[in-house]
Amino acid sequence: MSTVLAAPRAWRRREGLRALVWLSPWLAGFAVFFLYPLAATVYFSFHRYDLFTLEFIGLDNYRYFLSDERALVSIGNTLWLVVFMVPAQVLFALGLAQLVTRLKAGAGLFRTIFYLPSLIPTVAGTVSFVFLLNPATGPVNQLLELVGVTGPDWFGDKDWSKPSLTLLGMWGAGNTMVIFLAALLDVPRHLYEAAALDGAGAWRQFRSITLPTISPVLVFSAVTGVIYALQYFTQAMIAARVASGATDSPGSSFTPGYPETSTLTLPQWLFHAGFRDFSMGYACVLALLLFAASMVFTLILLRRFRAFDREVS
Amino acid sequence: MSTALATRPQAPASRPRGRTARRVRGRRILYWIATHALAVALAIMFIGPLVFIALTALMTDQQALTSQLWPQSWNWGNFTEIFERSPLLLWIGNTMLYAGLGTAFMLLSSIPVAYALARFRFPGRRAAFLAVIAMMMLPPQVVAVPVYLIWARAELTGTLWPLILPMLLGDAFSIFLLRQFLLTIPRDYTDAARVDGCSDFTTLVRVVLPMARPAIAAVALFQFFYCWNDYYGPLLYASTNLDNWTLSIGLASFKALHSVQWNLTMAATLLVMAPVIVVFFLAQRVFIEGVTLTGVKG
Repeated sequence: MSTVLAAPRAWRRREGLRALVWLSPWLAGFAVFFLYPLAATVYFSFHRYDLFTLEFIGLDNYRYFLSDERALVSIGNTLWLVVFMVPAQVLFALGLAQLVTRLKAGAGLFRTIFYLPSLIPTVAGTVSFVFLLNPATGPVNQLLELVGVTGPDWFGDKDWSKPSLTLLGMWGAGNTMVIFLAALLDVPRHLYEAAALDGAGAWRQFRSITLPTISPVLVFSAVTGVIYALQYFTQAMIAARVASGATDSPGSSFTPGYPETSTLTLPQWLFHAGFRDFSMGYACVLALLLFAASMVFTLILLRRFRAFDREVS
Repeated sequence: MSTALATRPQAPASRPRGRTARRVRGRRILYWIATHALAVALAIMFIGPLVFIALTALMTDQQALTSQLWPQSWNWGNFTEIFERSPLLLWIGNTMLYAGLGTAFMLLSSIPVAYALARFRFPGRRAAFLAVIAMMMLPPQVVAVPVYLIWARAELTGTLWPLILPMLLGDAFSIFLLRQFLLTIPRDYTDAARVDGCSDFTTLVRVVLPMARPAIAAVALFQFFYCWNDYYGPLLYASTNLDNWTLSIGLASFKALHSVQWNLTMAATLLVMAPVIVVFFLAQRVFIEGVTLTGVKG
């Protein structure tokens, strides 16, 4: 600290300028890929735009949105993911982490096994799950048959498609598990010993010691989980594509959401409106909605970071 | 920072005597069996999918149409056949170009930004960091339309350049992660370098970079795999041009486009997974420490 104070004044004064130079590429990126597009998105949302002609139409895109049933369905599906898939993933990851800390033999090996699937490329993982869960030759339904259960049609059934995606998400919960594991191991050991001496049982220890200590990490994971759920695109798109037999080839017409509209999420409908139907103005209305939703959760995150920064500096 | 050790240090067990001792020991053994049995069951569920993928990838076309789970003959030829049936080499080349250049550009641009955010004191430093977080959390679809138009005007749609070139202007997630790591390097080191007359640049190269090697390895790996896995980006920009397809685009359409059975589809899937799994086992520490860094500092 003392060296900083002893540094020449001129050096300190120039620090702002130096920072500006060092940050300039990022600042340019922020302007070109964040500020400008956001402003342009607002602007386009009042226009009809198909890449060639631009026509001001006032609030027509917004009015259309209110009558667009697919948009409402896609919002409902995205909310489903936020309400069911995110908690399932977070709780499952927490359970896995708890289990690993309790293992006396092979904890490192189990950690590796639980973490590995979260690294599997999204497309590869989703294609695999469509295979594993396919009703004709898929091993999952074969195995269920062995124990006398007739498996559902998973990705081919509109009631099972979202739970199937949730299973896929839980398979990839290892990433969150590693974060929880680090947090659990940071809980001071002596707290548990003191509680045990006072006669606190396992559940009581979890509720009164573990949960309060790791809650910042828990909230962080839940909030980032929600933000990623709002962007949920690839898995739903691939599952629908592979399960319905459609391709990405130029000129192929594919409406996402198969079966019916059960896996149609908001980002997918936005993508479809903008880049398949070329209703770019209308896509911008959906984009602004997505932006507002994710901003709410980003603000929660930002408040957490401010608290962390105060601790460090 | 804390490394993710897998077990807590155990408290020395006190040894009660007599009957209670036996009961306590009995309960402990039961607990040991229960937790490990649960772990083994879960491990089978986590590994199971990979096993079935591998088994199916080795089946003949005829067998892939049946409900048998174990291959009758080990058809290793499937792995060469997928190269004959589809332009896999082209897709691999395009994916390598995207992931390789993307990672190199990201490192070049993001390290200095993270360094400035972590070390320089200037007005607006906090605002700049909040901007990084905001951009990191922005769903890519939100700004898709105007950004697409920028690239359409530059006549680069239909290629992978709209995904590679922006990496020259820094990647928010990498900047965030590097900055969190650089904050943990004591200021004394950089101050000492400065007293010795080092410029910002030499301080970064000689003092900070060697200390930040694990974090740099982590962001490089994350970036490479992000590009390797990316489906949304190539779908938006390159799917209209068959010459610029990546592995993820190709794999998503593999079964329908080449009208093949699950066996070949799973062989191609394994091929996409393989590099990731291999690199993971070579650099497991880097991954685990990198992931920990993203979450613990919440």
